[in-house]
Amino acid sequence: MTTAARTLERGRVGESVKRVDAIPKVTGEFAYSSDLFAAGMLWGHTLRSPHAHARIVEIDISDAVGMPRVHAVLTHADVPGAQTYGLEFADQPVLAIDRVRYFGEPVAVVAAEHPEQARRAAERIHVDYEPLEPVVDPERATEQAPIHDGRPTAGHGFRDDARPNVVRTIVIRHGDPDAQAEVSVSGVYELGIQDQAFLGPESGLAVPDAEGGVDIYVATQWLHVDRDQVAPCLGLEPDQVRIHLAGVGGAFGGREDLSIQIHAAMLALHAGRPVKMVYNREESFVGHIHRHPAKIWMEQRANRDGKLVNVRAKILLDGGAYASSSAAVTANASSFACGPYAVENALVECTCVYTNNPPCGAMRGFGAVQSCFAHEAQMDKLAAELGIDPVELRLRNALAPGDSLPTGQKITGSFPAAEVIRRAAALPMPEPEELPRDPLRLPGGSGNTTRGQGVKRGVGFAVGFKNVCYSEGFDDSTAARVRLTGTGNGLEAEVDCAAAEVGQGVVNVILQTARTELELDDVVLGSATTSSVGSAGSASASRMTWMAAGAVQLAARAAREELARRGGELKPAETIDVERVYHHRPTTPLDPETGQVTGDGAHVAYICAAMRVVAEVDVELGLTRVVWIGTAQDVGKAVNPQAVYGQIEGGTAQGLGLALMEEIQTRDGLIANASFTDYLIPTTLDMPPVVAELVEEPEPDAPYGVKGVGEPPTVVSTAAIVSALRDATGRDLNRVPVRPDDIVGLS
Amino acid sequence: MDVLTPRTLDEALRLKAERPDAVPIQGGTDVMVELNFDRARPSALLNLSEVAELRGWSRENGTIRLGAALTYTEAMEMPLADALPALAEASRTVGGPQIRNRGTVGGNLGTASPAGDALPPLLIGDAVVELASLRGERAVPVAAFLTGPRQNALADGELIVGVRVRAADGPQTFMKVGPRNAMVISVVSLALTVDHDGAEIRAAFGSAGPVVGLVTAPLAELDGFPERVSAAASPIDDVRGSAAYRRHSLRVLTERALERCLQ
Repeated sequence: MTTAARTLERGRVGESVKRVDAIPKVTGEFAYSSDLFAAGMLWGHTLRSPHAHARIVEIDISDAVGMPRVHAVLTHADVPGAQTYGLEFADQPVLAIDRVRYFGEPVAVVAAEHPEQARRAAERIHVDYEPLEPVVDPERATEQAPIHDGRPTAGHGFRDDARPNVVRTIVIRHGDPDAQAEVSVSGVYELGIQDQAFLGPESGLAVPDAEGGVDIYVATQWLHVDRDQVAPCLGLEPDQVRIHLAGVGGAFGGREDLSIQIHAAMLALHAGRPVKMVYNREESFVGHIHRHPAKIWMEQRANRDGKLVNVRAKILLDGGAYASSSAAVTANASSFACGPYAVENALVECTCVYTNNPPCGAMRGFGAVQSCFAHEAQMDKLAAELGIDPVELRLRNALAPGDSLPTGQKITGSFPAAEVIRRAAALPMPEPEELPRDPLRLPGGSGNTTRGQGVKRGVGFAVGFKNVCYSEGFDDSTAARVRLTGTGNGLEAEVDCAAAEVGQGVVNVILQTARTELELDDVVLGSATTSSVGSAGSASASRMTWMAAGAVQLAARAAREELARRGGELKPAETIDVERVYHHRPTTPLDPETGQVTGDGAHVAYICAAMRVVAEVDVELGLTRVVWIGTAQDVGKAVNPQAVYGQIEGGTAQGLGLALMEEIQTRDGLIANASFTDYLIPTTLDMPPVVAELVEEPEPDAPYGVKGVGEPPTVVSTAAIVSALRDATGRDLNRVPVRPDDIVGLS
Repeated sequence: MDVLTPRTLDEALRLKAERPDAVPIQGGTDVMVELNFDRARPSALLNLSEVAELRGWSRENGTIRLGAALTYTEAMEMPLADALPALAEASRTVGGPQIRNRGTVGGNLGTASPAGDALPPLLIGDAVVELASLRGERAVPVAAFLTGPRQNALADGELIVGVRVRAADGPQTFMKVGPRNAMVISVVSLALTVDHDGAEIRAAFGSAGPVVGLVTAPLAELDGFPERVSAAASPIDDVRGSAAYRRHSLRVLTERALERCLQ
């Protein structure tokens, strides 16, 4: 069960280094969390609600308990400690108590010797539901009966919004929100529910120790925050719950919330045996939160010279049944609603509501994706209204250091928005390919639907930005530990950091940083676990490279100082062992009434990207081929350039998915397409080559000037692709994913 | 769950007679999905992949006989692809290479989904399905064989052993619409041929009604044929697309297919 210490690829900060996990993943040798095994282990299974909203009258487990080889059948009555948990508010029951609030909500868990026995035992649990009317329309949610008791958000320092089912409301008043200008453009924009669609389903293994504690091996994004949510629900002390990172098959925000952790641990502690849980694909679609669907009303007022004067936006986010990270998503969606543009007046209202739809939370781009889709559609519209080139219009308004966000936060540090716009716009676009062509190089692809009939070419452009690191006063620090040991003929080094490798390449970042700071090639990285080192914070918010590099740099420098004190050498087996915690600069909450910053400011730093897209659209069938993507991205400093390009391509593909095909469809709160047959993600025939330029303008506060890279491509690519589709079709296309119906004019 | 693996067709028919509940499985590209999604827990699987008589294809005069185990990959290869171009084009739209190596024409008939990609090309070629049981053999035209969504005319103890289809005697094409450019279940599909001997247009649509549907017209009635195909469909709104879009697309596809086949 323990993962062997990872040995190291050579390479230092700024060099392209082959990913440590690359070959094992490609060859199938890498152990994912679904591959775990322990002698004598049982298999866990979850019984889930078939209703979006219902009262639980009774749960009868008597038939299931008596089944052969079934070792545990547990309900809310068996939760040893706190009944609820959550990232921001503890509003989510470990197992449903007297009410289910979404389709797929866990109601009971079973452990048996074979997964099929566990599944069959779960079928024998009799739950008497009394269906309730589901709240499914976010626009009506604030007028319907509350789906949570009391005021779940009271006491968090948020704006007082007494309407039922409000998770959080932010109102940002900036300058004179009634300011008039020479022209005005407006629109209403909608985004469907996108899923993270990671390929490795939720899975893990819980192993009871002999002293009442438990070790949990799980694919997650933040080991220590899992522990801090799991331990109270198990009624254990934090050090009795040890979380170890198991191989992560993709995350994208979808592993910030708990999935199997408490359930597997409850079963293991009850049965006194290791318990493994693996969701199947269908279950995975209800087993994690999704990207918030949104409706955005936006008006831009500008002068004839293109200068933005006032932006007025109203944003409605559907948070689904539980809060998850909705409050922070609400802050991001509102903070970035005006785009990376300087505007002196603004009124932004953003509300996230509870509904009985699938719960939503963190996903790559985190609120900025939704806003970017709206503000960039608006910029294209404004450019057309003014007769100004869309790139030029964006340059004239580009936010720069010294300018302020609508929250009043002054931009300090690096913010090369104009530079990314210029660099992306300067990339040469490919010439149209000649006909006839292989159908694979036409819209419709392998479907063989056109030889060129109906095909029109369009070019789109967009700019997007978001924050790096957590915001609003959250101190998401990262710890790292460095041990130097004398070998007799030199030194060897071991590094511990609980940063979650979720496929983004942070393992290489840690090693490259350690090699650079220690000036040593032989560095070993220990397994990520809560038992050997302090919290790393989350592999989220494009923060992990910055924070892990900062922590490893601090610890490595401290180790070198100690080494110098000892004369620069260690005797054989003599060790230096130091742990250091790195903090980004402090932030402060937004004023709940005005939405203006208090103190140091709500965000730490920003990352931006610009993207140009060439697309071909079959306007008669509504099918699309994205031909080419060129982008320039503000990365601060590329620690591992090869991995940075990989993040840009992957992030772009995820945004392409939202633009063209990815949507969880619901009917009265029930998910209608919980499979990869009907929830489509892009294939290699949908995703074009990406030409990426890295803009390396160092962030003054950050180690080596790094920023983050994971999210900007996703923020900007949805907007840029739909911009190209609008250019090709002449249609508004105000909703993503864009459906063929929208392109051919049937919707 | 038992897995029965006969080595000959006789043995397969005997096992099917003994275990009428056994679900035949060839490539497994449909059956295994049902199992993996917990939608089916058959008491037995009848694994046909070792039955040599079901494999391959042959030509007798103008008729092509496809074994039930003919894979999509094989349907894309020459010279079969020349004899049945629409089936070859349809096969190219199925899944990825791994799926095309496993999935079979017989399986497509057995599943009888209105989205079965091989079915419209069979329909335009007047295909006849060969069925066998211990009671003997019978031949059922494909239109009569497909009785409803995921329903077919297989009787107890019967297996699909092959399908006879007319070799193309005029241009043919197949098109499939999906919101992704590969590996997608059809939102709507169309196979069309212009049969020069009979001067007849034959079009078959998929995913636009409970079963695949055939529309024919003399070449003289070319005008208005796309509208006729569109009107013959009875599509529904579902997670893959709207009924209105399916009707619209069928008209566009038919226009384009005619253009391809008549140029």
